[in-house]
Amino acid sequence: MVKNENAKLQTLAVLVDNESGVLSQVSRMFSRKGYNIESLVVGTTENPRVSRITIDVLADEQQINLLGNQLRKLLPVHSVKRLTPETSIQRELMLIKVHTMDGTQRNEVIQLANVFRAQIIDVSIETLTLAVIGDTDKISAIEKILKEFHVLEIARTGGIALERGKATIHDETKEKGEFNYGKNVL
Amino acid sequence: MKKTGAEIIMECLLEQKVNTIFGYPGGTILNVYDALYKYKGKIKHYLTAHEQGAAHAADGYARSTGKVGVAFATSGPGSTNLTTGIATAYIDSSPIVFITCNVSENLIGKDSFQEVDITGITLPITKANFLVSDVNKLADTIRAAFSIARSGRPGPVLIDILKNVTAESAEYEFLPRKKHRESGKLKELIDRSTIDFETPSIDEGDIDKLVDMINESNKPLLICGGGVVRSRCDKEFSEFANLIDSPTAVTVMGGGGICGRNPLVTGMIGMHGSIASNMACDNCDLLIAVGCRFSDRVALDPKNFAKQAKIVHIDIDRSEINKNVQTDHHIVGYAKDVLKMLNSRLKQQDHSDWKKFVFSYPTETEYADGGKTLNPKQILSAIARICPQDTIVSTDVGQHQMWAIQHFHFDYSGQLLTSGGFGTMGFGLGAAIGAKVGNPDKCVIHITGDGSFRMNCNELCTEEFYKLPIITFIFNNQTLGMVRQWQNLIYNGDYSETTLDRGPDFVKLAEAYGLHGRRVNNQEDLCKAIEEALACGEGYVIDCMIDIDEMVRPMVKAGDPIVQFLLD
Repeated sequence: MVKNENAKLQTLAVLVDNESGVLSQVSRMFSRKGYNIESLVVGTTENPRVSRITIDVLADEQQINLLGNQLRKLLPVHSVKRLTPETSIQRELMLIKVHTMDGTQRNEVIQLANVFRAQIIDVSIETLTLAVIGDTDKISAIEKILKEFHVLEIARTGGIALERGKATIHDETKEKGEFNYGKNVL
Repeated sequence: MKKTGAEIIMECLLEQKVNTIFGYPGGTILNVYDALYKYKGKIKHYLTAHEQGAAHAADGYARSTGKVGVAFATSGPGSTNLTTGIATAYIDSSPIVFITCNVSENLIGKDSFQEVDITGITLPITKANFLVSDVNKLADTIRAAFSIARSGRPGPVLIDILKNVTAESAEYEFLPRKKHRESGKLKELIDRSTIDFETPSIDEGDIDKLVDMINESNKPLLICGGGVVRSRCDKEFSEFANLIDSPTAVTVMGGGGICGRNPLVTGMIGMHGSIASNMACDNCDLLIAVGCRFSDRVALDPKNFAKQAKIVHIDIDRSEINKNVQTDHHIVGYAKDVLKMLNSRLKQQDHSDWKKFVFSYPTETEYADGGKTLNPKQILSAIARICPQDTIVSTDVGQHQMWAIQHFHFDYSGQLLTSGGFGTMGFGLGAAIGAKVGNPDKCVIHITGDGSFRMNCNELCTEEFYKLPIITFIFNNQTLGMVRQWQNLIYNGDYSETTLDRGPDFVKLAEAYGLHGRRVNNQEDLCKAIEEALACGEGYVIDCMIDIDEMVRPMVKAGDPIVQFLLD
């Protein structure tokens, strides 16, 4: 993998054809260029023929621009947009199953769930399953605290993101250069 | 009109004005070859010895004519045999449409006989690929494939068609090429501008900025890359170089982009670049690279490449900008259009002092007289002297390739066919066959080494059968010369598995294939052999014996600064 001290976690939103093989085409581009995908979420959009892929990857400024441009070269890719924490809202969902020994522990977990506004979505005699929605920091925080208890299983979705305000990914057709290539992009 | 899938393929090829195909039949592609039989008068098929040869031939055809090459292969091993050829074409941006057939729908995914996921395999080495499982989408897909292959930065496209699709029938209506983009997949792609079908509009401000940079520069250097060759803008590029009066270095892929006899040309740049080119690169104050991608063989040390210069990059593919070398300015666009705009704004300049400095260094390497054997320059000089000036030169990969590119003067785009990016040994003979088919009136020669030639010399039978008078020159040093050179210089002379002290006897081999062969080790015999080869009008193999320790000079070690010559 490409080693780089200036790399930080960056988010790319990509609209693609909703067809078989497209996901592997997109993910293989990252491995081919020497990058590891930290998180990847695929889902449908308002258009049934189009899927949205949200990808987190460790990269510096130059690398993320190059990745964006490589993505745009792929035929099934409609548009690519880089989403920054300043201009976008990001959410992730985590399901976490905690084993509780007794009533005291159970109460503690319920209290913590309330503090984090997590939902308790399943209860058994010995377990509580929580659903938490939030940005990555919040999810990681509750995960860390709950690990003080006996965590049986965790499922995280990875982040999805939308821009703040009126801006959308549709503004970003391949002709417009948000990718810092000056005004002479295609 | 109802037509079978196989017939639709033929009709679509005719829509594209394709009259030449290279390929190899097999089980799953039988229907297509059956249709081909009926279209014999309109489409000529060249049967090669191996699918790899077909891929290289289609490549050589495409590179030398500027048209889209076409190759057929069957499923399984037929298609995987193409892959080296596909990768070669991909990295050198050569437009080819590969058509393969796969097993029928009812057998897909069952590990059937000769089944392979060729679209999956070729994903990273094609510009796009398609799996066609519906005969109604076949024509549309083929039309899109051809447009994708030749538009923007050209490249190979693969269409894998299920066998049942080639047998099923669908409505087919002739659609002239001009109308393809008005409907179907192409229209959809163009509407969302997924791929650069239209030449991008060039920003006037960027052009003006570059003109200012040129006017301020006292020591400019141009690099002529493969993009100049692909866009066939020899004329515009030469005018540009002459206007700026700038020394011009040429990459391996850029050979022929500017006339090699132009006094501004400093020769090849990079690892085996001329001292003049590399010194100019290190000392220039403005470097304008046109259609080149600053590969590791040119920008050996990308951080210090042209370290005193402002670097300007002109390329059609914006993902190339700042990929390997950080640039100060760039213009994304079709080289021909960009250069035309620049030329109309530039005034004649004069950089005599700078040129005097650059050309005080040698643009070519001298070799000592070989004594008992020939030296590379003697062979190349004899070829250049005796063969017509517009001879198309196809090379394999290794020392002979570097020597040929260093010493020949290429006059026009498409005259040099070489695997620059992928470095495919065995490319040359197939490419020469494709070039001769595409340019029957031109002399085509194939420069190779004994190592490269052994890889795909089976194509001699194709050369013989179709009566293609290609002259093969083997630079025979009985070793894998380039690897030996590295072993000599970097690995303490431990010649691990590089010595080719074994057969075959290439003269007898040529004769076995029904061609002429001659072994030469002095200039007189060589000249006689070349004259005889030209006169006989048949395939000819000339086995030129050279010294085992002859090296390509100059040489800069991979990763080193461009003027730190290991050999000069």
